[in-house]
Amino acid sequence: MIRLEKRPQPSRAWSMATPLVAVIATMIVGGLLFAALGKPPVEAIRTIFWEPLFGEFSFYYRPQLLVKGAPLVLIAIGLSLGFRAGIWNIGAEGQYIMGAIFGAGAGLAFYPSESFLIFPFMVLAGAFGGWIWAMIPAILKTRFGTNEILVSLMLVYVAEQFLASVSLGLLKNPEGFGFPGSRNLQSWDAAHNAELLTGTGMHWGVVAALIAVIFAYVLLNRHMTGYHIRLTGEAPRAAKFAGVNPTRLVLFCLGTSGALAGLAGLFEVSGPSGQISIDFNVGYGFTAIIVAFLGRLHPVGILLAGGLMALTYIGGDIAQSNLQLPAAAIQVFQGMLLFFLLAFDLLTNFRIAIGKPEVA
Amino acid sequence: MDLSAINPVLLIASLMVAATPLLLAAIGELVVEKAGVLNLGVEGMMIVGAIAGFATAVESGSPLLGFVAAAIAGAALSILFAILTQFAQANQVASGLSLTLFGLGLSALMGQSYVGIKPPQMGDIHIPVLSDLPVVGPILFGHDIILYFGIALTAAVWWVLKYSRLGLVLRAVGENHDAAHALGYKVLKIRLAAIMFGGACAGLGGAYISLIRVPQWTEGMTAGIGWIALALVVFASWKPWRALLGAYLFGGVTVVQLNLQAAGVAIPVEYLAMSPYLITIIVLVILSADKSSAPASLGRNFHASR
Repeated sequence: MIRLEKRPQPSRAWSMATPLVAVIATMIVGGLLFAALGKPPVEAIRTIFWEPLFGEFSFYYRPQLLVKGAPLVLIAIGLSLGFRAGIWNIGAEGQYIMGAIFGAGAGLAFYPSESFLIFPFMVLAGAFGGWIWAMIPAILKTRFGTNEILVSLMLVYVAEQFLASVSLGLLKNPEGFGFPGSRNLQSWDAAHNAELLTGTGMHWGVVAALIAVIFAYVLLNRHMTGYHIRLTGEAPRAAKFAGVNPTRLVLFCLGTSGALAGLAGLFEVSGPSGQISIDFNVGYGFTAIIVAFLGRLHPVGILLAGGLMALTYIGGDIAQSNLQLPAAAIQVFQGMLLFFLLAFDLLTNFRIAIGKPEVA
Repeated sequence: MDLSAINPVLLIASLMVAATPLLLAAIGELVVEKAGVLNLGVEGMMIVGAIAGFATAVESGSPLLGFVAAAIAGAALSILFAILTQFAQANQVASGLSLTLFGLGLSALMGQSYVGIKPPQMGDIHIPVLSDLPVVGPILFGHDIILYFGIALTAAVWWVLKYSRLGLVLRAVGENHDAAHALGYKVLKIRLAAIMFGGACAGLGGAYISLIRVPQWTEGMTAGIGWIALALVVFASWKPWRALLGAYLFGGVTVVQLNLQAAGVAIPVEYLAMSPYLITIIVLVILSADKSSAPASLGRNFHASR
């Protein structure tokens, strides 16, 4: 008889190994899925994971890795703080949109000034946009006990509508011949989040993501607030006795994740994307949830997981053009990854025992 | 702006149609939560049900067969959630989210060749005399069979939860799984059954959107209805009849804002389209003060150590 026995302590080894096992399982089942779609499975997996890094055109794809990975890491770092404490912000997509709108709007208000202060001001406004959007579920939760999962998620749909509204109205390019969408920030030097080193994909968002990783690491390991976050997640009752203020914790976790998601949106709109448009958001806020879990809610893990997820995005694009692999197949692939991760996590907390239980 | 173009009878009739997918999904989730499980994957199960039902209906020519397929697809997806949470002891919030993310991708993949196709029509029932009555006819006696099924299901769930032994056991599992286990009830099996019931209902709700309400297939067409259904369960304080009331309320908001859009009210379309989500938030705020009716074991995993 096979039984599950709870481990007295979660296994550290399995905790580290689970993401790898999950990636391998996803590759195998994903390969089967691709085969079912009539695509060569090994070739497809190789295209996704190998081609962007070491393929013929890797000089083009490697910088893309940073461009796609930065927003994912930035958002996931913020989400992981809350997830650790059992505070579920799943509306990062909305905060990302609001960050982009606030940031771009703040900049465009001064068009066509060439002051060097414009970009820093936009960064602040972007962070503020995401923060204020996350403060809505945070305050509703602390004041009225409203479920933050549902409120933050509902606000994604509200933000999407708001995005459509400003691209058609408030922020529409007056010289855009009536097309929806704002002015292109890439062609306005003062607001352009340009590559810091040409050809590397390195922009301010990447820098911010790396800083966020370091800050989160220090916060969680060396700071009282980080200790409170971990304590609340692992032993809520103990946290209460230790005098953790749950209201402050909710405001801090949701606020930080909102501000980081807003920053990600601002760096995206002023850099790779260039303008506010109706289809500006591409789901980074949701994929970041996968990144946060895949990285074990640990800052360094998230950095690695963000890179891996960026790889599947870019590799997916290549597979789409080379093998006509549908874009949705990559989405399934990413979803599957989270599934396997959660399933294999069983081995972190439980031991599989064979035979009858011992008499206590 | 021409508000007189809005016909109140048609408004109420279309309100009932708009409410049905919400009602089906919410009733399913209500049963799941009564058993102590929080499945946040409703949106994912709905959208997979929507495409499974749509594809089956198009291929077979029978909308009814489509609904059966949608229920099976929703239940099948929910089994994945059950495996994660009930057997692998994974966090229910994370598992539900993964179900939604996976379902959205899977449905897009399945639906590629079905974009822009018209599904076979599901006829409305027609009762001689009754259906032809003015006002009452189109509101009460002129709908498709699934709409009535949704109302019947609400009644059935209410009765089972309140008066039957099965309902009592289900609620016991949801209130205190350790006590239910000590009494000899199979907590995991009961929860598995409840989760599959919820999945089937969500699938039906999804198919109702793609086969009757819209009727067409577009990617991501459930547009948050699964999440609103989750909010609806809170709104209903886990009571079936209140879920019906809530579904009609939200259906009403959706239909009224669509009608206002069509009538050309001075409010921009985007702000009208936000309204169902904003109202959901407001309602959640008003009702979240009282959590006493939530099942006590909601969201907690059960692992029998002995």
